[in-house]
Amino acid sequence: MDHNTTDMLEVGIREFRAKQERGLARLITLVETSPELGNSIFSRIGESLAQSQSQCHVIGFTGPPGAGKSTLVNAVTAVLRGEGHRVGIIAVDPTSPFSGGAMLGDRIRMERHYLDSGVFIRSLATRGGVGGLSPATKDVLKLMRAFGFDYILVETVGVGQTELDVMTAVDTVVVVLVPEAGDSIQTMKAGLMEIADVFVVNKADRPGSEELRSSLRVMLGLAAKRGPWEPLVITTQADKDIGSGEVLEAIVRHAEQLRQTGELEVRRALREERELLDLVSAHIINRWKALKDRPELAELASQVICRRIGVDRFLNAIANLA
Amino acid sequence: MEHSRHTRVLVAKPGLDGHDRGAKVIVQAFRDAGMEVIYTGLHQTPQQIARVAMQEDVDVVGLSILSGTHVALCQVVMDELRAQGLGNVVVFVGGTVPPKDVPKLKAIGVKEVFGAGSRFDDIVQSINTHVATRRG
Repeated sequence: MDHNTTDMLEVGIREFRAKQERGLARLITLVETSPELGNSIFSRIGESLAQSQSQCHVIGFTGPPGAGKSTLVNAVTAVLRGEGHRVGIIAVDPTSPFSGGAMLGDRIRMERHYLDSGVFIRSLATRGGVGGLSPATKDVLKLMRAFGFDYILVETVGVGQTELDVMTAVDTVVVVLVPEAGDSIQTMKAGLMEIADVFVVNKADRPGSEELRSSLRVMLGLAAKRGPWEPLVITTQADKDIGSGEVLEAIVRHAEQLRQTGELEVRRALREERELLDLVSAHIINRWKALKDRPELAELASQVICRRIGVDRFLNAIANLA
Repeated sequence: MEHSRHTRVLVAKPGLDGHDRGAKVIVQAFRDAGMEVIYTGLHQTPQQIARVAMQEDVDVVGLSILSGTHVALCQVVMDELRAQGLGNVVVFVGGTVPPKDVPKLKAIGVKEVFGAGSRFDDIVQSINTHVATRRG
């Protein structure tokens, strides 16, 4: 760890413990920079993380580009603030596969909250993540939970049908659609249409919104139930704050049911399991990348690929190489 | 393992002028130069800009100003940045700034001024140099 990073870590942790947003902002930069820095941070702020686990509700907003996710996050945040809740927002936008740069443009829809001390907004670039979130999103969520927000809103990149990482990162999934999303065949497809706890048909003043809503209802009536919860369909015009209160009511009802039925624990256990798998595989991959030019591994690697030796021998070799 | 930190830039339009083609062009250029760029939108107050810069933990704030009020605006933006503990963020100005005002802006703490006709490569290189110095 270079000198500059060590300084930033110390200052960040001090400010974070003093509940200063500047500290949260600094620590987010560090967990985005490398998972190892995450270890150093979480080992020191773990206490506040454990305390915060149960109270904070995490909501994911996903859907195709231009559906109005940011605008809906903005509108729902206004309702939450009206009730006095403190809100953290994570807004993810894509990293360029060519330059590695990104244009992070979600927060421009959230301007009315810029000066509100009860709202903290952070934009993240996907940095290689392909599931709609960035690799560091879960660590950023941990930091925000530990910081003490009542609600955290996670907005994914504009997704297609299979970028579903949000499902294992949040407590309630809101899928935002628009009337142009297609006919009833689109609503029957697997993937995105299956992960919603709440559907939002945004831009409801446009033609076709009623048809989309009824297609979704028909689909929900036929689809296999994933638990006691029946996903709701809400229509909104997020830019005019129409329907945002109903969206929040649906989310709160879902949150209550998650708690009452014990489903919340099940979801969080799944999330932890997934996180463990991610950590372990990232560790092994990084270890291998660091060692892959070693001649003694090359022979083992080719034997693994031909299935002549088991993966366990290969992993042992990776683990034991100095 | 790679521990590179991406350069994060906030492009902001303070004050009352409503033309942001220049700001959008520069956002695109920064993106294509591998930076992560946040754009605030039009008509931002210095307080808003400073708070966004703090939350996003940016290395650089680029101010696009076409209204002629750059000296007064930059002074307040710098004050607000310092109030957020961001006194060492690299501040750039773009737009219509008469050459005689450039020393005034630099005295306030603005690192560089890039008017119309500036080359993207020069701006990007200058940012990279200043960010490297800041990170030490």
